[in-house]
Amino acid sequence: MPVVHNRVLLALCCAGALGVGFGGFLEVAPNRLARGLALPLWQAPFPEAAAIIIFLSLLALLAFMRQDKQRSIATVLAAAGVLWGSLAGAGHFAALLARADLPAARSSLGLAFWTLVAIAFLAMVDAAQRAKPPLPLRIGFGLALGVGFVLMAQAGTFADLSLAKEFSSHRAIFFSQLWRHIGLVAGALFFALMIGAPLTALALRRASMRCAIFSSLGVLQTIPSLALFGVLIAPLSALSAQWPFLHDVGIGGTGAAPAIIALTLYALLPLVRNSYTGFTEVAAEVKDAAAGIGFNARQIFVSVEFPLAAPALVSALRVVTVQSVGLAAVAALIGAGGLGAFVFQGIGQYVMDLVLVGAIPIVLLALAADFSFQMLLAAARRRM
Amino acid sequence: MRAELAALFTKFVRYSAHWRGLWPAPLLIAAIVLVPAAGPLFHALFPDLRNPIYGRASFLELTLAHCQLVAISSFVAAAVGIGLGIFVTRESGREFAPIVSAIAAAGQTFPPIAVLALAIPSLGYGAAPTLAALAVYAILPILEATITGLHAVPAGARDAAIGIGFARSDLLRRIELPLALPFIVAGLRNAVIINIGTATIGSSVGALSLGSPIIEGLSASNPAYVLQGAIIVGLLAVTSDRLFDWLEGSRLFLDLKGGGFNGG
Repeated sequence: MPVVHNRVLLALCCAGALGVGFGGFLEVAPNRLARGLALPLWQAPFPEAAAIIIFLSLLALLAFMRQDKQRSIATVLAAAGVLWGSLAGAGHFAALLARADLPAARSSLGLAFWTLVAIAFLAMVDAAQRAKPPLPLRIGFGLALGVGFVLMAQAGTFADLSLAKEFSSHRAIFFSQLWRHIGLVAGALFFALMIGAPLTALALRRASMRCAIFSSLGVLQTIPSLALFGVLIAPLSALSAQWPFLHDVGIGGTGAAPAIIALTLYALLPLVRNSYTGFTEVAAEVKDAAAGIGFNARQIFVSVEFPLAAPALVSALRVVTVQSVGLAAVAALIGAGGLGAFVFQGIGQYVMDLVLVGAIPIVLLALAADFSFQMLLAAARRRM
Repeated sequence: MRAELAALFTKFVRYSAHWRGLWPAPLLIAAIVLVPAAGPLFHALFPDLRNPIYGRASFLELTLAHCQLVAISSFVAAAVGIGLGIFVTRESGREFAPIVSAIAAAGQTFPPIAVLALAIPSLGYGAAPTLAALAVYAILPILEATITGLHAVPAGARDAAIGIGFARSDLLRRIELPLALPFIVAGLRNAVIINIGTATIGSSVGALSLGSPIIEGLSASNPAYVLQGAIIVGLLAVTSDRLFDWLEGSRLFLDLKGGGFNGG
């Protein structure tokens, strides 16, 4: 009886096998509106389908071996093989299915594809958690995966997948919406910092104001995003009707103005709460010592309090940025644009590939923001 | 007599102070009842609109549908999230803890709207994808809170319980879960508030909820509908939040925390 040394990996392989067994690898439809027909993995082109099966079996085999550094490296490579096989296989399969006489035909990625991609990434995460490679190695490997994907895309591997078709037909708008999305988040962060800093100072100085500030920000945080976006429309359009110059600078009932205001309001609570905690946790003795060697209040703030509270500030910014990236997607409903526009357009036209054109970059943006702030946080902690 | 009255009075004051946190509840009920009758008010606010009051469904109906979506999905999410959290903190499931935590952390960076949209291909339009998306998304905060709570149980408490002869199941039921309860309830609260917000957006994929007047008002340029839906769903969210606050301070909760789940 063989001993299972890595039950996580075995469970992932079982999930992969189930996905391949019961889900379609590619879904083909004659046009945008018709329902798709699911094609299983074994109908996919032989080399890639065989590679996927072999690498998946290899992963399952590795679960029965003692886990050491070599086995972890082998796991990561096998998982990368599954990932490559799925991507190349989907592209190759779509190219084979593409027919000149059916230009509107669609090949969408199916459940089996997504399961394989997910378990490949999770197997890599699991291996990284066990072997604990140094950070530069992890970042380097991540970059290599990204570069590989871009090279495959450049070579036209994915050209016949309808996700890629949707992307290239919206290419021009895509980048402007992406920047708009980032702009909404950045604008909200800017205003949240501008308002949050004095609010934090007020909460720190006046005990009587603290409760009022936190409870009112708490109520704001609870209100559903769509409701807050919607509530702002009527007063803003009234204002811009009253004062035409507001309208001229682009402030109106719909569009970016209510979106940035709502995102700012949502960002305030996490920002103020975390920075408040950060500043109160600076030990009184440290401040006393600084005062004792002749620092004035300004110097204490700049060179003692602020650096010591910096990690808390960075983690506040991390929470707020990730949250705003997600909430900004909803702002598309009030005409603010951004990547959410593709999501809602896709929902409206029942084109899931268009939804993905919006949703995948939103998720990547959120993960990237999360990761960069984590790096920044690690740097801030190291400096202490 | 007078002393008794005074005692009764202080009791009443203390009792009402306990309920004071629930101030949004009467506002919510008032809004549900009064908004349909507020035609003249909305007409005065938005004189250009032909129909100033949303009439596709009654606000009570919408509120109940909204609560139903949130309640069912949160219940399912709580069962799965707490169960999974218990599993990965047991001896047998400990190996899965790092990967499950990583999934829960990364999953929460996914915007709820993306989860909602991706449920459509398999479940179609309507309440079904909304329910599924809400349940899946709500698992993550509950799971994370359960793991945090169970990890926060002091080793001393566990050792003492084992020392006086608790069985494993009793240890979980009477020591670990009660001690982790504040964390779990905080996670549940988080999940419910997120779900109330996401259920609102669920109207854009065809679910009936308090988001319906908002979505319809946005697409038909009727700001009165938007305002009506927004006011009621905002009050619903604040009420639910306060309800959790009240629950966390109530006798029932303290009994659960102090005396184990079997009330012993």
